[in-house]
Amino acid sequence: MNHRLAAAIVNGLLIGLAILSLAPLLWMLSVSLMQPGEASAFPPPLWPKAPTLANYRELFERAGMGRYLLNSFVIASATTLLSLLFNVMAGYAFAKLQFAGREKIFAALLGALVIPGQVAMMPLFLMLKQIGLVNTYAGAIVPGMAGIFGIFLIRQYARTLPDELLEAARIDGAGEFRIFWQIVLPALKPILVTLAIFSFLGSWNDFMWPLIVLTDGHLHTLPVALASLSREHVQDNEMMMAGSVVTVLPVLFVFLSLQRYYLQGLLLGSVKG
Amino acid sequence: MNGSGRLAGWMFVAPALLVIAVFFVLPVLAALALSVTDFDIYALADRRNLRFVGLGNYLALLANPLFWKALGNTLYFVVIGVPLSIAVSLAAALLLHSRLGRFKPFFRTAFFAPVVTTVVAVAVIWRYLFHTRYGLVNWALSGIGFDPIDWLGDPHWAMPTIILFAVWKNFGYNMIIFLSGLQSIPEDLYEAARIDGASAWRQFRHVTLPMLGPVLLLVGILTMAGYFQLFAEPYVMTQGGPLESTVSVLYLMYEQGFKWWNLGTASAVAFMLFVLMAGITSGLLWFARRRGAE
Repeated sequence: MNHRLAAAIVNGLLIGLAILSLAPLLWMLSVSLMQPGEASAFPPPLWPKAPTLANYRELFERAGMGRYLLNSFVIASATTLLSLLFNVMAGYAFAKLQFAGREKIFAALLGALVIPGQVAMMPLFLMLKQIGLVNTYAGAIVPGMAGIFGIFLIRQYARTLPDELLEAARIDGAGEFRIFWQIVLPALKPILVTLAIFSFLGSWNDFMWPLIVLTDGHLHTLPVALASLSREHVQDNEMMMAGSVVTVLPVLFVFLSLQRYYLQGLLLGSVKG
Repeated sequence: MNGSGRLAGWMFVAPALLVIAVFFVLPVLAALALSVTDFDIYALADRRNLRFVGLGNYLALLANPLFWKALGNTLYFVVIGVPLSIAVSLAAALLLHSRLGRFKPFFRTAFFAPVVTTVVAVAVIWRYLFHTRYGLVNWALSGIGFDPIDWLGDPHWAMPTIILFAVWKNFGYNMIIFLSGLQSIPEDLYEAARIDGASAWRQFRHVTLPMLGPVLLLVGILTMAGYFQLFAEPYVMTQGGPLESTVSVLYLMYEQGFKWWNLGTASAVAFMLFVLMAGITSGLLWFARRRGAE
């Protein structure tokens, strides 16, 4: 009896916490399908009376949501591809290639992790303004092309590669770049997927830097556009919820389809090196 | 390793190091320089208007009530938000770890879902959930006899609402780390405690918590660093108001730097935040090491 009571409490708490976690997201979806004005009522309606896509149509036809979606996709994809290439090369070298100053540089990089990125933002803005990258996709992409966390993550994983594998290829006369492409990259595949998810989600969800560097409305990413829409359309709850759905759905989809890689990487990244 | 191998090592790290040097290290150093100038909108137009002001920006900030207000708000958010987040994360991890729970993969995914969502988008949802007249929260409270609360419009409630939001959004992340920490505690420790007749609470207090010690420290430091960087939530939910009760340090930095173009002042704000974060982090590490040494 005691055991069954405990089981009921544990499962009850699990269900309660799941409701708290998911209810705001489900309500967002529900309200986004309501007629304009329907949600501004008391008591707040839980389900749309007559589900409609009118809010989505309004967003894409009038508010330029398609453009913001495209901007987000271009910036997040480019950042992911470039940072993946650079971080993987560096992480692998820090793990497996000998070169002068390797340990010192790596320690310095880890030390730099304590500096919050926002410190760099003011000079970075001036610098990019100087070279004409403010208000361009490149301005939003360039600072994210390499990251200390990504290098660290790859290094942790690459250290588990057997040295014999690389030595054998060297004895066969393969060059370092060929070894990298043909042996190292395939062996690192799981962590590549993990880092790609991290980069994509990080870039997609990023707010402060795109807000600063993309002042022109045509270039806004979804979070920046949503923030400015929400300041203009304070009363249009249904439309704002539809905008939130469009912003959140792609990342939720990426996470749900690849969550095994994501959670594994989260643990690898938080274990002390 | 041969000479070509050494060269290869450098060639592999060069692109990433170059990016980090040019777009991070250099700007950080430049920010230090910027923070001792009066860089403002006139200097933005013409660099000849730029003057060296020494510690002027820092001293002006220390004399500025809004800076203290922002610092106080941020500390309020960190001091309440971090322990609350960690407690909820740990509770969720214990529930998921319990042998009595069912459908665990589903619950784990459900708890984690808010973590991957976009802050701005879910902040928009919360603004509506906590709407004074039409919000679900006030409706639920009215059901148990409470008067409506002006969550985001009352200076006393705005920050607590943002803290609740941050806990909801973030607890899943630390939960995963705690869960793996719990799974690595050897079962025979609990076995031994049970044989000694220890209650569930005492097992938690004397086995679980000490074994999680290093994980707790790591999670505490990472969460704190994240929470000091509060920005998007007040930007979307309250725009710093009401009565500046949700202006955070970074919100102040953003307004100074990119609304008023006082980039010198903004850099000084950023450095003060950095020094504060570094100070508190090393304090925590020192405290942990001392306790560990005892």
